[in-house]
Amino acid sequence: MSELLRRYGAPLTATFAALTAFWLLALVVLPYLYLFENSFRPYLPVVDVGGPKDVYSLDNYLTFFESPIHIKVFFWTIIYSSIVTVLCFAIAYPLAYYLSKVAKSAVVPTLFLLLLIPLWVSEILRSFAWFIILALKGPLNYGLLGLGIIDQPVRWLSGFRSIIIGLVYTYVLFMLFPLYNAIQSLDTNQIEAAEDLGSPWWRTHWRVILPHSKPGIASGAVTVFMLSAGSILVPTLLASTTSRWFTEIIQQWMFESQDWNTGSAYAFLLMLLCTVFVTVMMRVFRVSLADIAK
Amino acid sequence: MGARKISRLLFNIYVAVFLAYMLLPLVIMGGAALNDSRFPSVYPWVGFTDRWFVELWEDGRMWVAFRNTIGVALAVVAMAVPIGTAAAILINSVGGTARSALYGFMIAPILTPGAVIGISTLLFWNKFSVPAGLHLSAIGQTSYIAAFVMLLVLARLQSFDRALEEAALDLGASHAQVVRRILLPHLYPAIGAGAAIAFFQSVENFNTTLFTRGTYDTLTVYVFSRVRSGITPTINALALILVTITIIGALWYEIARRRRQAHFDASAAQARREEEAEALPVAVAAQ
Repeated sequence: MSELLRRYGAPLTATFAALTAFWLLALVVLPYLYLFENSFRPYLPVVDVGGPKDVYSLDNYLTFFESPIHIKVFFWTIIYSSIVTVLCFAIAYPLAYYLSKVAKSAVVPTLFLLLLIPLWVSEILRSFAWFIILALKGPLNYGLLGLGIIDQPVRWLSGFRSIIIGLVYTYVLFMLFPLYNAIQSLDTNQIEAAEDLGSPWWRTHWRVILPHSKPGIASGAVTVFMLSAGSILVPTLLASTTSRWFTEIIQQWMFESQDWNTGSAYAFLLMLLCTVFVTVMMRVFRVSLADIAK
Repeated sequence: MGARKISRLLFNIYVAVFLAYMLLPLVIMGGAALNDSRFPSVYPWVGFTDRWFVELWEDGRMWVAFRNTIGVALAVVAMAVPIGTAAAILINSVGGTARSALYGFMIAPILTPGAVIGISTLLFWNKFSVPAGLHLSAIGQTSYIAAFVMLLVLARLQSFDRALEEAALDLGASHAQVVRRILLPHLYPAIGAGAAIAFFQSVENFNTTLFTRGTYDTLTVYVFSRVRSGITPTINALALILVTITIIGALWYEIARRRRQAHFDASAAQARREEEAEALPVAVAAQ
């Protein structure tokens, strides 16, 4: 701090500090705390707010724990988000390895450019594209029928299948880029040394490349899991009535019931889930928050 | 050698399949905009039409949503860039536990689902009787987009030579001059990239906007409600326009990069020739 004062003087240092404080307090910490506080208060008509009925209780959380459906949806969301995360890793890892160690360095920027196009096209259009593809009379069914792989159109937009397809497509690039960065930083000599010493390719990956790419795996996994569990667009556009996502229940509380207090309790549960996931990832992969943010 | 060739071939096939997987859905979505069919599809192909573009152009609600989106995005850039830059400069000069605590708070919004950010922003400002609306969307988006700007500027600060500031101060520069003439010019690339990312993140945002927007539309919300209530290929027309803009931007960037690369290669070759030319007489003299 004194360093800043000496370099930039009091007025500028105060400006920097004020901007940062405004951000962290008014936009981050206080709204989160207020959400937490609200989740313990009852949903009341405006006249009763602050009155004798406005007392703290665990009722909003009990609503969750007493509803088997909501608990089920919560766990489905966890399980299917985890499956999406694993699938994204499985798809992205070979490509990340190729881009960082195998591909000729002249083609890499062009490949990246092509890969960035879907990333710049917004998430809603990416899920909308799959809405068309997976339709009963959509191109996927026509294609598979034409190839003779299936003899009846498949109802893709049912169950969690379509959600998984949509989420993997939408978020796989968020796994690819951190993985690429991590593998890129590995000295290629280490891979060659392992090969020279007679290590088969799978062991080189298992013992040399994968351990080195831990920060990338953690970062990608956290991003994909958080975005999947918190996704609203993909489940709403691609799911059917049999497959519900936790964010849809939050929406119900906020918009249909207009019960913001129970809504904030549910939102807090979602946030808690993501925080726990980040913590577990940091422990499992022994990385710091700064590694994940990269 | 044979195994290596096979592995390279497999990799190339994999990359081709992956690229098709990433790009074909966009082609199908865009293609449906040109098909004269009530429901957006590319097969069966009914016939070429531009009516979905005409319908989109005449949709007043789309234009309102478009203006709102641009307005929110500009507001987000105006808030997130100064905040993120200031936060990066600040955190760069503190160390120890204070730094990790600050860093944790700054990163938290990136790791929080957008819905949670939206709901907490809505509730918090509602306490001060600020109603939902686009201003809250801009505030909610800024809370996490500022973190992206902060990370970019912080990365750029790592390559900053602080001795330059020292020298300027020693030579009698004022504090404001140090910031304006030395610090900020070094940070401009990161600030520019931060502004671009802030703009596009804001345009893309749906989750935070959904909970804070009140009754206003942004483009993502507009598309969302159109998709839910009777889809027509006008959405595909909009998608095709956006994808085309993206591709033009990408091509423009790639051409500029190639040109820079060629220029760089040429000047490097030139420098090498000059070096050799200079070294030659020395070598001759040494003999």
